[in-house]
Amino acid sequence: MDTNAIYVLWLRDTKRFLRAKSRIIGMLMMPIFFLLGLGLGLGSLIGYIAGGTYFEFIVPGIIGMSLLFTSIFTGSAVLWDRQFGFLKEILVTPNSRTAIVIGRVAGGATTAILQSILVVFIALIIGFNVSITAYTILALVFMALIAATFISLGLALGSMISDFQGFQLVTSFFTMPLFFLSDSIFPASSLPAVVRDITYLNPLTYGVDGLRNALVGAGTFSIWMDLGIMVLSSLVMIAIAAYAFSKTEVG
Amino acid sequence: MDMIKVEGLTKDFAQLRAVDNISFTVKEGEIFGLLGPNGAGKTTSIKMLTTLLPPTSGDAIVAGYNIKKDQNSVRKNIGIIFQDPSLDEDLTGRENLEFHAILYKIDKPTRTKRIAEVLKLVELEDKADTLVRNYSGGMKRRLEIGRGLIHNPKILFLDEPTIGLDPQTRRHIWEYIKKLNESSKTTLILTTHYIEEADYLCNRVAFVDHGKVVALDTPKALKDKLGGDVVSLEIKNGVDALEEALKEMKWIKTIAKHDSFLDLTLQEGEKRIPEIIKVADKNKISISSVSLHKPSLEDVFIHYTGKTIREEEGGWKDSMRAMRSARGR
Repeated sequence: MDTNAIYVLWLRDTKRFLRAKSRIIGMLMMPIFFLLGLGLGLGSLIGYIAGGTYFEFIVPGIIGMSLLFTSIFTGSAVLWDRQFGFLKEILVTPNSRTAIVIGRVAGGATTAILQSILVVFIALIIGFNVSITAYTILALVFMALIAATFISLGLALGSMISDFQGFQLVTSFFTMPLFFLSDSIFPASSLPAVVRDITYLNPLTYGVDGLRNALVGAGTFSIWMDLGIMVLSSLVMIAIAAYAFSKTEVG
Repeated sequence: MDMIKVEGLTKDFAQLRAVDNISFTVKEGEIFGLLGPNGAGKTTSIKMLTTLLPPTSGDAIVAGYNIKKDQNSVRKNIGIIFQDPSLDEDLTGRENLEFHAILYKIDKPTRTKRIAEVLKLVELEDKADTLVRNYSGGMKRRLEIGRGLIHNPKILFLDEPTIGLDPQTRRHIWEYIKKLNESSKTTLILTTHYIEEADYLCNRVAFVDHGKVVALDTPKALKDKLGGDVVSLEIKNGVDALEEALKEMKWIKTIAKHDSFLDLTLQEGEKRIPEIIKVADKNKISISSVSLHKPSLEDVFIHYTGKTIREEEGGWKDSMRAMRSARGR
């Protein structure tokens, strides 16, 4: 395995993230508005839900949402990068395509985790309570797995599509249903059976449930089941991304 | 020794044959040019030779390795400078070089040494730790050239190395390219649609049009094939008499008459003009103007294809390119 390539791509993403202060703030705006609007605003109407306050319920959902959006965006940047960026240059170096995919996923996941930690801190300031247990640390693992799954999805999409306009449509065609048909902003158990079953096919449901288990100790499924499904989904998605990426031709 | 040997290379896209059965060889230490209009298939050829695109048919040996069977060995021995910018603008010049060197698995001490050497060659030592986004267009290009050389490639591919640069910067880049060919003995293969660039830099030039190589030789030989210089004479009186008199001269290859003009093709026109005037004087014919036209590679291209090398209509990629270079300024 070409560990050099993985390392360089990871280092590149991390350096870029830490340098782009304005981008970090920009990326945090949406989760902050969701925390205030849905968490506090809607939360005061709903009160208690699924064994806790609505605010406690939705914080993991908002973390999941920001991970979903950033990850798909990060992954799909490959489309732009392939034509105009650094990536094309990497493709002519003697490194395997799989190593390049893994490096990109690793870099994207690292920045996504850093960003999610910031969201957690903001939630803590607004009044979120984390019940510290042995499982709390697993929250980081769930963040990484959600990021890996959806960066890979973005990578696969960015590898298969070659025009920019079509691409916008396709990504929103994926992101919106993935977000709404998950356990993020309302409990799936309260949905009609058919819709509920669809949310159970969505990896984000288990990712967010895992975060809920880890952070507030109130998930629908067991944390181990969440973990198992997320590990599986990220491996499958990385494999799909690696395959799609190896088939791309440089534009 | 042949550094590149291309045999019948062909690439088909959905509705179009981008590269049509091209064959050529590039010798070690040579600067070889692919000259042709946009969309002629130059970049596609380069992409096949650098293993970025699989050919539809045909084959090529690059730096001693087969581009279809031995891709990794080809990649280890070549460097490439893309038509579109491929630097990471959020990193410094040094980091771009460093990352590139790591991708070629160059160890730390060698890396540090090579980076210093390359920065010196492209004269970016004092800008090495500045973010690339603050570089000028010419500096970015120089950094890319430097980056292409980090791993001491046997062959460096340059795809439109001076596209989008102002004339002065273009000259500057040419000097770097010449310098590095002389100092490092690297074989260079470049594509361009700038006539002067091919003429100035290349030892041999292949004209590419509609995916085919239409002519291949040294710039001088290509120009000589057109029969030499054209001297145009405008004559006040006695066009026919002068035509008769000049027909005696063995060194004039062809004479064409239209209205009061005579067009003569001959070698070394500047040395022959005084003789022509003498002939006219002797016959009491007065010439009102003389012009000398040295054939350019453009004329050669017109000769082979019946058209000029011009900018074709741009697609979305060209508008993106324009946007990016405007932003980078």
